[in-house]
Amino acid sequence: MHELSVTENILNIVLSNAAQSNAAKVTDVYLVIGRLSSIVDDSVQFYWDFVSENSICAGSKLHFDRKPAVLKCLDCDEEYTIESDLLPCPSCHSYRTNILSGEEFYVDSIEIEKELENTI
Amino acid sequence: MSAIRVPVVEKIFSTNDKMAMLNRQLLNSNHVFAINLMASPGAGKTSFILQTIKNLGSRYKIGVIEGDTAPVTIDADKISAAGMPAVQINTGGDCHLDAAMMSDGLAQLPLQELDLVIVENVGNLICPAAWDLGTHVNVLIASVPEGDDKPYKYPNIYRGLKVLIINKTDLSPYIDFNMDYFRQGVEMLNPGLITFPLSCKTGEGLDAWLEWVEAQINAIKTGNG
Repeated sequence: MHELSVTENILNIVLSNAAQSNAAKVTDVYLVIGRLSSIVDDSVQFYWDFVSENSICAGSKLHFDRKPAVLKCLDCDEEYTIESDLLPCPSCHSYRTNILSGEEFYVDSIEIEKELENTI
Repeated sequence: MSAIRVPVVEKIFSTNDKMAMLNRQLLNSNHVFAINLMASPGAGKTSFILQTIKNLGSRYKIGVIEGDTAPVTIDADKISAAGMPAVQINTGGDCHLDAAMMSDGLAQLPLQELDLVIVENVGNLICPAAWDLGTHVNVLIASVPEGDDKPYKYPNIYRGLKVLIINKTDLSPYIDFNMDYFRQGVEMLNPGLITFPLSCKTGEGLDAWLEWVEAQINAIKTGNG
């Protein structure tokens, strides 16, 4: 269970980016998580609510864009994806593969609200 | 109020990675080679460290950082009994060490006197893989009784490895461990990974590992690390 420390890292990134954009409130946080990167369960939302409650992120929602691992077979050139367990090439059953992607683990974007400028 | 989408694209471990880089610089400036040793509980991490100390301890000074989830000093006590400096890091229930904890551990070791630092990470195949500690290499111990399917079930940890140890090979006659199947999975995740099958119990296969680690220690000493 490293959800708490992961969540604290996410909060720091979101707060510093929100401050740079002069945000009054953060409403949504978009995360990209690859199958071969750290495992992050949806329960992170629970930790998020907890660590963010006294910040401008209070009440915001985490969105998980989960990316499968993409492998390319070195024997038959087949490209295939892995959602859970690691598997050999589905076409020729070769174990000689190249991992193309699946290690993403980053904050992609945030949705913020700004106070309207008081022009009166 | 107006809603705006702001692009961020920042790695979640960026703070940890920066701290890890500082740890690596500290180790380099002291010409100390450092290993992040990972494994599941019971794979033989402490026995492996003790064997390494036993065989290299007369020629090299080895410091050990012990990561534990609770304040139990069984492992650290064994290292101290072997005559080497050991630091116990209690993660307070966390499943892994991170670069900040590693930094605390390094501060408590006499780095100027050391040739090698071995960090015994928390026994776990999932979490430690994600956190760079700032060591020079990640080493994983897989042991025969754990089964041959581990690379397929825990692919993450095999990705960032420099060396794989297959421990408890003396138990092979008693356990259905298909070495070819195991190695095929490893090959998919980390082609050409340096692998040392050995037994800490009998000492068989240890020499190849000791030779490898000695070469790394000497390389960093002479500035070729």
